Amino acid sequence: MSAKKMTVHLKVWRQKNKNDAGHFEDYTVQDISDDMSFLEMLDRLNVNLQKAGKLEVEFESDCREGICGTCSCVINGQPHGPVTGAATCQLYMRQFKDGDTIVIEPWRAKAFPVIRDLVVDRSGLDRIITVGGYTGAKTGPHADANSILVPKENAEKAMDYAACIGCGACVAACPNGSASLFTSAKISHMSLLPQGHPLRQSRVTRMVNQMDKEGFGHCTNIGECQSACPKEIKIDSIAIMRREFFNAAIRS
Amino acid sequence: MKKEYVSSSVFKKFVMGATGLALLGFVITHLLGNLLLYKKDGTAFNDYANKLASLGGLLYAAEIGLLAFFLYHAFTGIRLALMAKEAKPIKYAVKKSKGGESKWGLASNNMIISGSALLLFVVLHVLHFKFGPGINEGYVTALSDGTEVRDLQRHVVEQFKNPLMVVLYVVAMLGLGLHLKHGIWSAFHSLGLTRENNSKTIYCAGGALAAILAVGFLLIPIYLYFFY
Repeated sequence: MSAKKMTVHLKVWRQKNKNDAGHFEDYTVQDISDDMSFLEMLDRLNVNLQKAGKLEVEFESDCREGICGTCSCVINGQPHGPVTGAATCQLYMRQFKDGDTIVIEPWRAKAFPVIRDLVVDRSGLDRIITVGGYTGAKTGPHADANSILVPKENAEKAMDYAACIGCGACVAACPNGSASLFTSAKISHMSLLPQGHPLRQSRVTRMVNQMDKEGFGHCTNIGECQSACPKEIKIDSIAIMRREFFNAAIRS
Repeated sequence: MKKEYVSSSVFKKFVMGATGLALLGFVITHLLGNLLLYKKDGTAFNDYANKLASLGGLLYAAEIGLLAFFLYHAFTGIRLALMAKEAKPIKYAVKKSKGGESKWGLASNNMIISGSALLLFVVLHVLHFKFGPGINEGYVTALSDGTEVRDLQRHVVEQFKNPLMVVLYVVAMLGLGLHLKHGIWSAFHSLGLTRENNSKTIYCAGGALAAILAVGFLLIPIYLYFFY
């Protein structure tokens, strides 16, 4: 079966740097195959812009198979576009119709300043991990694999929370720009495993406070983050984060 | 408790949830008391109102506690709404929910608006009834034991003969329903009481309770207007 050809109209956010006000620019890309990925369509746009001697649209991508969490576009008002449980790189042009207008914006949050066009600075998430998203390590000889027993159910749940790729779609989707889903996924992942227990209380305290300090908002329990998450992490993790936090507060 | 806990956004949400549930408890008892207005001869309602008033110091203590919860809830709510606005200074040109289990909607997106409306309503409502006309203005009735007390029932019934008043109260109660639809679930989640296996049940039960409370309250002025 041969692929269908289509033409799409784009409204793309262009912004020179952090301090530029930014604006939308209209482009039309012709001869798009519906088997192309969304990012390949943007590549095509950039080739066209290059040929015309104009500046390309800056956007981020790396693995292009949904595991690195680098790609980040809000497409028609939805982080990572209309498909659920997938990142922008896993979005295909068959999701759109010939002649569609597609609005492309960067992640928007105070804690995610725009670097250029669709590229935002997500290092705030890294700093949340830096203050507590790790386990203590033993010095000395390497322990045997599987020497610490973990109940099967906990291992499964911890894995669900560990699936976070740190893309920031939760922050982008949240009306308050909250990083609660991101932070709570890491806290839940580690609080479910024995390796995470020694630093349990300091971890949640430091990570929650860093989240506030970075300028991320608070959680109003709407759950837009869960729907936008390419790894479908549940907001039950946010309740776990709160329980861990109160537990730490009471014991402090 | 150390400052690093108290000043965090998670703690502020905890306060919102705890005070919100306390206020919910008040709203439930308030509706149960108000159901006495359905009894046409008024003595049951006046009996109840005057029993409350005769509690004296206990009532004052309860009122002060209620006022403190209410003000704290309103104050923290306004602060949190301002913080949220600051954390998301630029809105999307196009915004569409991805659906699924998201609670995105009229109720969840407008908690500050429904909350502010309720704040205004409660001030008016207290002035309207609690500090409305009493014995000195001739609203007197005799209880079953013969003592003369304030006839609050008559004042309420008279007020709801005014269609504007009926509309105002019905709209306010729809606002209450909207606030509680998201608020009850949100309080449980903010307090960390939800789990994977109960969060859907809590959300649905919260929505049902919100609907029962809103309808229960707003039927009273409609009943008094048409059938009394």
